[in-house]
Amino acid sequence: MEDDAPVIYGLEFQIHIIDFDDENNIINKNVLLHQVGEIWHISTSPADRGVLATCYNKPSDSKVLTCAAVWRMPKELEPGSHESPDDSSSTAHSLELLCHLDDTAHGSTACVTWEPTGDGKKVISLADNHILLWDLQESSGQAVLASSASLEGKGQLKFTSGRWSPHHAGTQVATASDTTVRGWDTRSMSQIYCIENAHGQLVRDLDFNPNKQYYLASCGDDCKVKFWDTRNVTEPVKTLEEHSHWVWSIRYNHSHDQLVLTGSSDSRVILSNMVSISSEPFGHLVDDDDLSDQEERRPEEKSQEPPRDGVIATYEEHEDSVYAADWSSADPWLFASLSYDGRLVINRVPRALKYHILL
Amino acid sequence: MAAGAAGPGPGSGPGDSPEGPEAEAPERRRKAHGMLKLYYGLSEGETAGRPPGSDPLDPTDLNGAHFDPEVYLDKLRRECPLAQLMDSETDMVRQIRALDSDMQTLVYENYNKFISATDTIRKMKNDFRKMEDEMDRLATNMAVITDFSARISATLQDRHERITKLAGVHALLRKLQFLFELPSCLTKCVELGAYGQAVRYQGRARAVLQQYQHLPSFRAIQDDCQVITARLAQQLRQRFREGGSGAPEQAECVELLLALGEPAEELCAEFLEHARGRLEAELRSLEAELGPSPPAPDVLEFTDHGGSGFVGGLCQVASAYQELFAAQGPAGAEKLAAFARELGGRYFALVERRLAQEQGSGDNSLLVRALDRFHRRLRAPGALLAAAGLAEAATEIVERVARERLGHHLQGLRAAFLGCLTDVRQALAAPRLAGKEGPGLAELLANVASSILSHIKASLAAVHLFTAKEVSFSNKPYFRGEFCSQGVREGLIVGFIRSMCQTAQSFCDSPGEKGGATPPALLLLLSRLCLDYETATISYILTLTDEQFLVQDQSPVTPVSTLCAEARETARRLLTHYVKVQGLVISQMLRKSVETRDWLSTLEPRNVRAVMKRVVEDTTAIDVQVGLLYEEGVRKAQSSDSSKRTFSVYSSSRQQGRYAPSYTPSAPMDTNLLSNIQKLFSERIDVFSPVEFNKVSVLTGIIKISLKTLLECVRLRTFGRFGLQQVQVDCHFLQLYLWRFVADEELVHLLLDEVVASAALRCPDPVPMEPSVVEVICERG
Repeated sequence: MEDDAPVIYGLEFQIHIIDFDDENNIINKNVLLHQVGEIWHISTSPADRGVLATCYNKPSDSKVLTCAAVWRMPKELEPGSHESPDDSSSTAHSLELLCHLDDTAHGSTACVTWEPTGDGKKVISLADNHILLWDLQESSGQAVLASSASLEGKGQLKFTSGRWSPHHAGTQVATASDTTVRGWDTRSMSQIYCIENAHGQLVRDLDFNPNKQYYLASCGDDCKVKFWDTRNVTEPVKTLEEHSHWVWSIRYNHSHDQLVLTGSSDSRVILSNMVSISSEPFGHLVDDDDLSDQEERRPEEKSQEPPRDGVIATYEEHEDSVYAADWSSADPWLFASLSYDGRLVINRVPRALKYHILL
Repeated sequence: MAAGAAGPGPGSGPGDSPEGPEAEAPERRRKAHGMLKLYYGLSEGETAGRPPGSDPLDPTDLNGAHFDPEVYLDKLRRECPLAQLMDSETDMVRQIRALDSDMQTLVYENYNKFISATDTIRKMKNDFRKMEDEMDRLATNMAVITDFSARISATLQDRHERITKLAGVHALLRKLQFLFELPSCLTKCVELGAYGQAVRYQGRARAVLQQYQHLPSFRAIQDDCQVITARLAQQLRQRFREGGSGAPEQAECVELLLALGEPAEELCAEFLEHARGRLEAELRSLEAELGPSPPAPDVLEFTDHGGSGFVGGLCQVASAYQELFAAQGPAGAEKLAAFARELGGRYFALVERRLAQEQGSGDNSLLVRALDRFHRRLRAPGALLAAAGLAEAATEIVERVARERLGHHLQGLRAAFLGCLTDVRQALAAPRLAGKEGPGLAELLANVASSILSHIKASLAAVHLFTAKEVSFSNKPYFRGEFCSQGVREGLIVGFIRSMCQTAQSFCDSPGEKGGATPPALLLLLSRLCLDYETATISYILTLTDEQFLVQDQSPVTPVSTLCAEARETARRLLTHYVKVQGLVISQMLRKSVETRDWLSTLEPRNVRAVMKRVVEDTTAIDVQVGLLYEEGVRKAQSSDSSKRTFSVYSSSRQQGRYAPSYTPSAPMDTNLLSNIQKLFSERIDVFSPVEFNKVSVLTGIIKISLKTLLECVRLRTFGRFGLQQVQVDCHFLQLYLWRFVADEELVHLLLDEVVASAALRCPDPVPMEPSVVEVICERG
């Protein structure tokens, strides 16, 4: 069952855990109740698969305040534990609250991101114009504000999104606010780089290339997807303009960084092939993938022609805006996307391309 | 013989002939011939003349040679009856008689002639005898004459010899006198300056003196002569070196020196050296004109000066050289060519410097005239000095200048276009009076178009001067072919149109994504301009060009269709960008209004929010603006009361399904079912899609972008009850006013429905306002 793919998505007051059995094409759903409020953002701990963080709206009479908290899901629902009770699809479980990442002085939390390589002890939350680094202690039972920084400037600055870089020993975080992308050093909480006007309009999402340490992708309301080299931020390395409305989500494939997934409010999900700026520019095998471990290296069968950059496939199954798209963490050829009307679509990378990359 | 002669007679008788009467006459003649031939033994060929059937050996043939009377008689007797015998007898007798008389006549005639001949001979004999006597006398006389003559010549012999000798002595003496007088003569000549005569004398005497130099007296003369000649040569050289006396005199000096036997090689070098000195002076004066300090004369004057001074001098030198040193052969010609090449190169460098100063100026006619003179002037030395390649070099310079002019004009056109754009920007930015903004845009477009067109025409006219018939270089292959097609058509016109498109497109890519850099009206105007170019202007300009510059070159040129496609693409991009920019402006307004408001604690709506009125106002303004430049376009058929109809659709029919969300796990399916089903039947909306060239399409694009933004912003907020109602009111207001701008009003309804539905979903307490109340509020304003 190594290609079992757990996917998590949020809707209103529930968290659904979807189990996708690739061999039998069966989907199982487990529902977790999230009683404290409406979920706006969700992220899972890289170290403990039972732990996740949410940003949620606290219901109140006159004001909407978005808070963040760390939760533990019940043991039997943890992804990877396969005893999955069949009758659980209708019964709702509750989440166990570990701690609040709360500091009401800092305003609404937009996003929580975990340290990608660590032991799941460090979390960064973005609240209005503050960037807060938390230390989780006592098996995540308590969150201590380790350090913080804030963005000063004219106007009301707000962070919209942030990612923790998997490179540089986990010392770099990138954030998006309005049209600007900024890089931060988590040790000093100071700004490293700043891409002014990265997009013509609001920047919606960011992602780091998992294999190339200086490469960053961003997307925004100008319908564009841009790829940046953070050492030279005056010009994007590459720009894609395939969507016809705001791009809400961008994700690199965890293993094959030429595969880039974007979701947009034009109801489309686009899978792009960015070979020329990937870590495997000419279809070379980079041995970082458990599937390719078993493959024989056959250099003489190297691809005859270097594949071109471009759109691999456009997925139009959604009827409304797509707000989230992500890769499966178990199977590098599987991805899911979620749209406003609650439709979750799971797709595979086209077989021909998969073999082209592997062989 | 008698029988033979008689033979033919009876043979010619008519009755006797075996042949038909029609062949009688020729037959007879042939028979006569045959007889003669037979007689003279010419037997060969006789059978040919003989009629078939008549054997020549037939003894019975009266006319035959072998006629045997006995046989004949026997035959007659045997064969013929008596009567016939009688007849033949009488016939025969008659024939014999006739023959006899004939013979007698002949004999008589012959006899007469014979007698007269004898008389004549006798007379002749007498005459000859007289003549013989006279001849004898003549012979004796001649002998006497000969005798006398011999005697006379013998006596005169002596004197003749003496006279001849005396004449020889006289000639010799005259020659000697010339020689003795030569030194003084030469001296006189030299003193008088008649160098030419002196050289001629010297030339005449030289050979003789050379021959007799072993005689002391001659030797002295020769020495004298040599001294004088040396002096002469020296003087000539002196004159030659002084140089001031001008090229023709110099040439004369050189000619004389050559006649004096001076070494040609050396003279040749010296001659060129002198010529160089003079030409360099010319060049220096030209360079001085070029210098920065004195105000440079205009280019025409400059080339005139150069042409008459330098090129004229070079011409003279070349022709004199070729006359003088023709004997030098190819080596001499090569020397001259090298000389001309070097000086010509320096001259060209100067001319090019001068022409480079001219690049900035706008006056083409003067430049072309100057180039024409320059080129025309150089054709003469070019013919003289083909090896030096001056004409080619000159043509090259002219071509280069022409190319640079083209580049200059292209720059000028670009600058003019940019200038137009700046004017438009200023006109757009200038504070304008109310109501005056309307006609401005169309007028500006017309101004820009006509100004660019007139600039293009002016450039074409200016460049056309290069190919005028009367210009000497216009018939060079470059100007006939490449200049017209590659230079003017491709380089200038096509290049300009391309650069215009690029400039226009650059407005789309500029950092104006933020909206501020380029005024949207300019985008709109440029888009219309490009579209006009696509439909008419490009083909007009290219036709004009092709007519003015009859292109003979076969090299490929950019077809009109390609340019049109480029222009259309530019127009499309500009218009799309215009839509984006304007859409963005309205989107930002809507977005701010949604994001900054506190929707949870808002009061019950009493009014449409001001921002919505502003949106409608702006949209109307854009509609007016676009309408000035673009046609209306088609919209889908619409009912007159469309706003009411759709209002009821979205507010009442879906109310139950949509506005009553419950939080049971299965509920979202129901609430979204209706909208999903509806979406199945509606087309997907491409928000930032390319637009068509008409007003409705542009407005549709802008409204699409704005409403989609509103939708997305609403989905990010949480609404209280009154917040929802406010959204309801706003949307209804927008619906009332926006439907008439778009191609398909269904689109507006769909998007606004979505907005209200999303707001309802985002509302914990969704209690919609009564549709009638909404209507009342909207109508109130």
